[in-house]
Amino acid sequence: MTRDPQPDRTQAGRAQAGVEPIDPDVDLQAPGQRFELAAHRATLAVIALGGMLGAMARHRLELAWPMEASGFPWATFATNVAGSFLLGALMVVVQETRAAHPLLRPFAGVGVLGGFTTFSTYAVQGRDLLAGAAPHPGTALAYLFGSVVAALVAVAAGLALARLVVRR
Amino acid sequence: MTGWLLVCVGAAAGAPARYLVDRFVQVRHSSRIPWGTLAINLSGSLLLGCLYGGAAGSELLLLVGTGFCGAFTTFSTFAFESVRLLEERASWAALANLSVTLLGGLGAAFVGFALTASW
Repeated sequence: MTRDPQPDRTQAGRAQAGVEPIDPDVDLQAPGQRFELAAHRATLAVIALGGMLGAMARHRLELAWPMEASGFPWATFATNVAGSFLLGALMVVVQETRAAHPLLRPFAGVGVLGGFTTFSTYAVQGRDLLAGAAPHPGTALAYLFGSVVAALVAVAAGLALARLVVRR
Repeated sequence: MTGWLLVCVGAAAGAPARYLVDRFVQVRHSSRIPWGTLAINLSGSLLLGCLYGGAAGSELLLLVGTGFCGAFTTFSTFAFESVRLLEERASWAALANLSVTLLGGLGAAFVGFALTASW
């Protein structure tokens, strides 16, 4: 892996430096993001802080929104879709404006939204609906596929809406 | 210890762990498929499946389940990376990522549950 002689460490510089990264957390294919290999103590600290805030918000929502008789896990569904929308919008701010602080993406994207959304609970709830004590195969399929489709649409909507706002 | 504190402690370990594992995997693979996020989501689902299969107590579920596994695995990054692949017209990579994550995650939850439930 080669390092740029003088990487442009501003967010806008990274966007101009080459391709937009696939990975919002850290994309080592994107030249500008490799600086995190060296300077990541502060990065890890803000990720931990953000992760705590995000996970607490998810925990609060799960407590406030208990499972209905239908068995559809609405709280996790809403969490994952809302978090995906916000990550789409955040990545536009991080990559397509000059105003974003370098720690904004690790804090809000990796930490808060990563801690807020969850894949493990989704998978285990899917298993439970398929093969738990009271199986609901129809609900399971609706939940498993519905979450993925809704999250993809939410990311696209977040990207589109934020671009509208940013480019005005 | 109160519930929110357990969630907090678990998440404070889970979120940085995801970041480090993602980088660790990325350094070793250079294809378009986001292997880092995939490995994280499958292993986290396996771990949470184990907790449920073993009928873990409520404190362990809050600490390791809601806190650690919740912050370690991520749905938003998985969805974002899939959309980015679609935007870049890497349709096969996007489709592979979606199906392997969905089926693999569900499979990992089943395997984890079965592993500890049979003890």
